[in-house]
Amino acid sequence: MSTSSLPAHDNMASTRPKDYLYAWLDDRIGLDAILALAREKVVPEHRYSFWYYWGGLSLFFFVVQVVSGILLLLYYRPGPEAYDSVRIITYEIEFGWLIRSAHSWSANLMVFCVFVHMFSVFFMKAYRPPREFGWWTGLALLGMTMVFGFSGYLLPMDELAYFATKIGLEIPKTMPGMAPIIENLVQGGPEVTGITIARFFALHVVVLPLVFIGVLTVHLALVVFHGNAVPPSEAEKPASERHTIPFFPNFFMKDLAMWLIALNVLALLASVYPWQLGPPADPLAAAPVGIHPEWYFMSQFQALKVFGRILPGAAGEFAGIGMFSIGGLLWALIPLYDRDSKLARRARIATWFGLLAVIGLIGLTVMGYWEVYGAAGH
Amino acid sequence: MPEDVGTLNNPADEMGRRQFVAAAGLGAMGVCYAAAIAYPVYRYLVSPAEQARELAAVTQVTLPKADLPKPGTAMMFRFGVTPAMLIHLPDGHVACYSAVCTHLGCTVQYQPEEGRIFCACHSGVYDPQSGKNIAGPPPKPLSVFQVEVSDEHIIITRA
Repeated sequence: MSTSSLPAHDNMASTRPKDYLYAWLDDRIGLDAILALAREKVVPEHRYSFWYYWGGLSLFFFVVQVVSGILLLLYYRPGPEAYDSVRIITYEIEFGWLIRSAHSWSANLMVFCVFVHMFSVFFMKAYRPPREFGWWTGLALLGMTMVFGFSGYLLPMDELAYFATKIGLEIPKTMPGMAPIIENLVQGGPEVTGITIARFFALHVVVLPLVFIGVLTVHLALVVFHGNAVPPSEAEKPASERHTIPFFPNFFMKDLAMWLIALNVLALLASVYPWQLGPPADPLAAAPVGIHPEWYFMSQFQALKVFGRILPGAAGEFAGIGMFSIGGLLWALIPLYDRDSKLARRARIATWFGLLAVIGLIGLTVMGYWEVYGAAGH
Repeated sequence: MPEDVGTLNNPADEMGRRQFVAAAGLGAMGVCYAAAIAYPVYRYLVSPAEQARELAAVTQVTLPKADLPKPGTAMMFRFGVTPAMLIHLPDGHVACYSAVCTHLGCTVQYQPEEGRIFCACHSGVYDPQSGKNIAGPPPKPLSVFQVEVSDEHIIITRA
C-alpha cells in the first residue's frame, strides 16, 4: 500500500500545504488505510433502518455520562460527606444543578436506548451467526449499565437513595448463602453507611468505566468487522433490490443528526425537570410512602411482589429471582438456538419469546407503577 | 431575466452561494451549541474561585475579646480566606498583620524571643512593631490591619 501511495505523495508534496500535511500524516499513521476502511463501509437502507440508530444513541449518552461524571467528580466527596457535597453541587455551585440533572437524565435515557437497541437487535435477529459475540458483549454492556444505575443512585445518599440501595441489597440476601457476601463485601457492614457509599463510588467511577470501555471497544470492533445485520425480510430479497449507503459521510451525518436531537431532548429534560435532591438519609426515619425503584428495575421489583403474594416468605423471592435468572440465561443463549432462517420453527419460537419478554417487562412495569400511584395514592 | 445581472445568476455561482449559506448556517448553529454547553461548564468550574474571592473581599472581622492572646504571644485567624496574625506585644501594644509573606506567599510566624516576625521559607524577617520588612528577600512590609479592642470585641479592619 505504501509503495503505491508514496510516489503520488512525492508529486503533491511541493504543491499545497494541505496535501503535504496529508502525506506527512499518512506516512506516520496510515491515513490512507483508515479512510479506505471508512469509504468501504456501507450501511443497509430499508424500512427498518431507523433501528440502526439506537446503538449510536446509547453511545452518545455514554459519552455525556463520562463528561458530566468527570465534572461532578470535581465537587463530589464519597463517604459521610456525600450528601453535603451533592447539596453544594445542587444549590451552591453555579450550574451544578444542571450538570447533575444532565447526568441523571442522560443515565435514564442511556438505559432506555440500550433497551431499545437490544430489542431491535433481537427482533431483527441480528444475534445470528457470526454475530453471537456482538450479542453477548451487548448483554454485558446492558448488565453494566444497570449496575452503573444502581450504584450511582446511592451516591447522593438522600432518603430515596438510601432506601433504594437498602431494598436492592436486601433482595439477593434472601438467596441462601448470599447474606454474608452482601454484608461483608458489598455493604461493608450490616447497614448502608458511608462505607457502602465509598465502595459504590469506586465501582461507579473506576471499576465499571474501565471494564465498560473495554467491552464497548470489542462490541464496536465487532460491528466494524461484521457490518450491520439486515432483518430476515431484507435478507430474502435479491441483491438488486437491496440498498446501501456509505457509512462515511452519509450514515455518519444521519447519526450526528440523531445525536443532535438526543442532545436537545436531554437539554430540555435536564433544565425543565431538574433532578431533585431529597432530605438526607436518616436510618431512624420511616421509609417514605410510595417509594419505588427506578423504572428500569420496576419489572423485577413487581415480579418479586407478585410472587410474594402467591408463595409465602422467602419462597416468593426465590421464585422471582429464579424466573429472571432463567429468563436472562435463555435470552443470552438465543443465538445458539435460533441460528438460521432455514430453521423456521425455531425462528418463530424466538420471536414469540421476544414478544413475551417485551410484554412481560412492560406489563410488570405498568402494574408496578399502578400499585404505587394508583392504589397507594387513593 | 435582465442580461446585465450577468454572472450572478450563473447556476454554478448560485450553487456556490447556496453551499456557502448552508455551511455558514451550520457553522453558526455549531457555535451556538458549543457556547450553550461551554458557558454553564465554565461557570461551574469558576464558581468556587469566585465564591472564595467574595469571601476574600471581607473588610472587617470581629473576634471575641477572649481571643486576645497573652502579652508576648500571637494568635492566628482567618481574615476572609487568608491567614492573619494578631500579636499582643510584650509592651502591651496590640498589632495585626496579614500573615502572608510578601516574598512568595508562605505563612509567617511570630518569634517573641527573637522579637521578630519570621518567614521560614526564605528567612524573611519583619518588625513586629510595624510589619516592615527588615531582612531577607521580602520586597515590602506585611499588610497592616487596624485593631480596635473594646470591652467585648476585637474589631480588625483592613486599612
